Amino acid sequence: MAGPSTTDFGSPHPYIPATDADRARMLARIGVDRIDDLFADLPSAARDPEIALLPPLSEPELIALLADRASENSATSRPSFLGAGAYRRSVPAIAAHLAGRSEFATAYTPYQPEISQGTLQSGFEYQSVVCELTGMDVSNTGLYDAASATAEACLLAVRATKRQAVALLEPIHPGIADVVRTYARGARLRIDQIDSTDAVTDDHACLVAQQPNFLGGIVDLEPLAEAAHQQGALLVAVADPFALGLLRAPGDAGADIVTGEGRDLAGGPAYGGPSLGLFAARQQFLRQMPGRIVGQTRELHAADGGQPRTGYVLTLQAREQFIRRERATSNVSTAQSLIALSFTIAVQALGPQGLRDAALLCYQKSHDAARRIAALDGYEVTSRDPWFQEFLVRGPLPAPQLLAQLDEHGISAGLDVSDRNEPEARDAWLCCVTEATPAADVDALVAALSLVGGETDGGS
Amino acid sequence: MTAPRPSAADAGARLSFDRGAPGRRAVDVPRWPNEQTPLPDAALLRDGVRLPELSQGELVRYYTELSVMNYGIDSGTYPLGSCTMKYNPKVNDLVASAAGFSDAHPLAPIDGMQGTLRTLLELQRGLGELTGLPHVSLAPAAGAQGELAGALMIAAALDARGELDQRRRILVPDSAHGTNPATAAMAGFTVTQIPTAADGSLDRATVERELDDTVAAAMVTVPNTLGLWEHGIEDVAELIHNAGAYLYADGANFNAIMGRARYGDLGFDVAHLNLHKSFSTPHGGGGPGAGPVCCSDELAPYLPTPIVAEGDDAVQLATPQRSIGRMQQFHGNVGVLLRAYAYMRALGLDGLRAVSGQAVLNANYLRALLHGHYDLPYDRPVLHEVVFSGSRQKREHGVRTYDIAKRLIDHGFHPPTVYFPLIVEEALMLEPTETEPPEAIEALANALIAIAEESASDADALHSAPHDAPIGRLDETAAARKPILRWTPTEES
Repeated sequence: MAGPSTTDFGSPHPYIPATDADRARMLARIGVDRIDDLFADLPSAARDPEIALLPPLSEPELIALLADRASENSATSRPSFLGAGAYRRSVPAIAAHLAGRSEFATAYTPYQPEISQGTLQSGFEYQSVVCELTGMDVSNTGLYDAASATAEACLLAVRATKRQAVALLEPIHPGIADVVRTYARGARLRIDQIDSTDAVTDDHACLVAQQPNFLGGIVDLEPLAEAAHQQGALLVAVADPFALGLLRAPGDAGADIVTGEGRDLAGGPAYGGPSLGLFAARQQFLRQMPGRIVGQTRELHAADGGQPRTGYVLTLQAREQFIRRERATSNVSTAQSLIALSFTIAVQALGPQGLRDAALLCYQKSHDAARRIAALDGYEVTSRDPWFQEFLVRGPLPAPQLLAQLDEHGISAGLDVSDRNEPEARDAWLCCVTEATPAADVDALVAALSLVGGETDGGS
Repeated sequence: MTAPRPSAADAGARLSFDRGAPGRRAVDVPRWPNEQTPLPDAALLRDGVRLPELSQGELVRYYTELSVMNYGIDSGTYPLGSCTMKYNPKVNDLVASAAGFSDAHPLAPIDGMQGTLRTLLELQRGLGELTGLPHVSLAPAAGAQGELAGALMIAAALDARGELDQRRRILVPDSAHGTNPATAAMAGFTVTQIPTAADGSLDRATVERELDDTVAAAMVTVPNTLGLWEHGIEDVAELIHNAGAYLYADGANFNAIMGRARYGDLGFDVAHLNLHKSFSTPHGGGGPGAGPVCCSDELAPYLPTPIVAEGDDAVQLATPQRSIGRMQQFHGNVGVLLRAYAYMRALGLDGLRAVSGQAVLNANYLRALLHGHYDLPYDRPVLHEVVFSGSRQKREHGVRTYDIAKRLIDHGFHPPTVYFPLIVEEALMLEPTETEPPEAIEALANALIAIAEESASDADALHSAPHDAPIGRLDETAAARKPILRWTPTEES
């Protein structure tokens, strides 16, 4: 490893255009001899420390290294029935293509609307799509992920109700519950994970429920909304926007805030991120919302004889950290705009019929797979009806052992949930089949399960 | 050239919802050919959803039309101070898009994810080396979330000492990004604002006066938002520590010192980095970013989960002993982290030192070229950015910084950050970054000088600017007064 150099560097790097001659000319104009002189304010004891970094790579070496690393991820080339918050989707090809356009990808937050109409009008499209899907009045331009968006929803509910506790209705994704707990530390909120709406009380700011829930079940949100409202609490629904192609909009069922995860429809699981946190709410909470919001307006002055044109700006910024500072509704600044764009295009490419058809295909394929598994000796599907794309399977062996055996067959059969309290989850695992799961993968799973079951029968 | 379709001149009024025709579609969805499972009770289902109906080509044209109304770093010079809008190497996007990365399920078996995990481990270690704060969690999704993690870690450490109830205040300079005080509040603290001294550094007397056993931490941006080194920050660190508090570094301006100075060596306990700034990942018009949080040995047990750790024969995801918990449902913006790794490897230590050196040279060159044409309230050599003031133009010609920024658009540049930091009147905050060639910096300076001259000769041209943008000045007051925030059908059927 080369030690720190105190001399000026030599030949240009492809990312740094200035040459030695350029630097000499610039230094002369500034009136210093060396670049190091520009760092004279730094304390000498702390300057130019020993730093051990991996050696630099040329572009071809970099491409080769990361291609190797990608191929080391053997998990991505095997049949997988993992869901639990990240779902394989058939994403329209144009989404990645259009969101990859560098005018979108290499822009900053649209502080200058006159040269940011692409980002801004797309943001307005996104807000419109999210409002339509969720049945809410207003949406922001997106937060980090479903979990942090849900945590922000809880903080909004706490501000709106002036209460200090939040109820999370089981079954809820443990990662969402964990993030809510993290965000609750500052305000020292009490977080209650409850099994029934009977446990909602008048000191809860909100009731949080997942749609579909963590174990895949389709939830009737209406009685949950009634139970929450009866106690003066808000209903926060954490909804899968893809499932909302088929399911009733949470807003129509009485939800006050809807959050959700947009990553899967926007691109792919990508080991969890970049993700996209949907956040939409009823009109009355508009000025309490976190994050950027795009508004439609018109030009101040018409160009040469015409009418003022329609344009878009970031609006209601008095809520935000750069203006309101410690009294802001959130500290969020950079969020997930490009993923929101990709999400918008994917949903719009599917359109009203396509989104419903894709959700139906997902429902049918998943239920078909469940039927085939339930028909195997020693297996039962224990999910309570109705469910959407994930179901619970109990096999001839305890779930951890069975999943380990399937792993040896090269199949990720799902998530072990056998330690949960729900009776249907006892000894079971959570298996996910979506519209994008290859038929051959389902065949392989069914074959492997029958084999594992057969081995057990033979051994007992 | 332009299609003679109705309302083409007012493209903003024609959303996707107003285009296409009923029945058109942009993609096909296969039909399920086998046995049909009955659907759930109709009360649980929706009747339909209002979405646009466009053919694939129409939808592509619409978003292409929108894209060309945008200005990105690939379009031209983007000297948006404090945002480090440097060129985004395309190889980073290429390598991160491999199916082996993008198809990975976040709960996939660890032994089948070693390629990603090994890469993240190397990034984590590299960031620990570069910041001198050896313990790192890559989980936070952006700078502000990294700040929240850091502030919550400080709270957890104070709680473990039994001092959280007593230490309720965080000191924040008046030049700080708005995220700092907002973060402090979200983490449950109150904010004490520290004024900036005449030399552009923290007012030391105020720091000393405010420091007592009710202070939890100070959050300081280094270099600060004036583009200046924080004089005596190592002494401030000692004062803070002697008072039993922690020192937090906002690493938004890390591009200035990469490879040349480290937060840990200066006495900071915890810092976040913005990989979408210093490490060149595309900003995407407002994200995704990544805001890793880096800390000292003392705070390491409190890092958010997960961290990446070397196991016996495989790289693992681990949870620190007294972790504040999760910031994300899964592992953070991994796709962004892979791009940042590629950037770190493309440069190496000498390259990153070249980056910070050139970034600082470019900012000082711009400062020299503009010196005398605009006021410079803190007239010192700068690091990565320089903050001028348009107060002379306002006083003498009635031209505001807002007008100067809009006029710069007509010259083909993205405007600088304006009206920030708040302590500089009519602020113009310019950060050229290392990826601009000297000719571009000279052209930017010439444009700003021409605008300064024009403010004397033709102020109206500035007041009505921009003239050559896709759209003119917009009515932001009306937008906020009567918010229109979503498409609605013009007539309900």
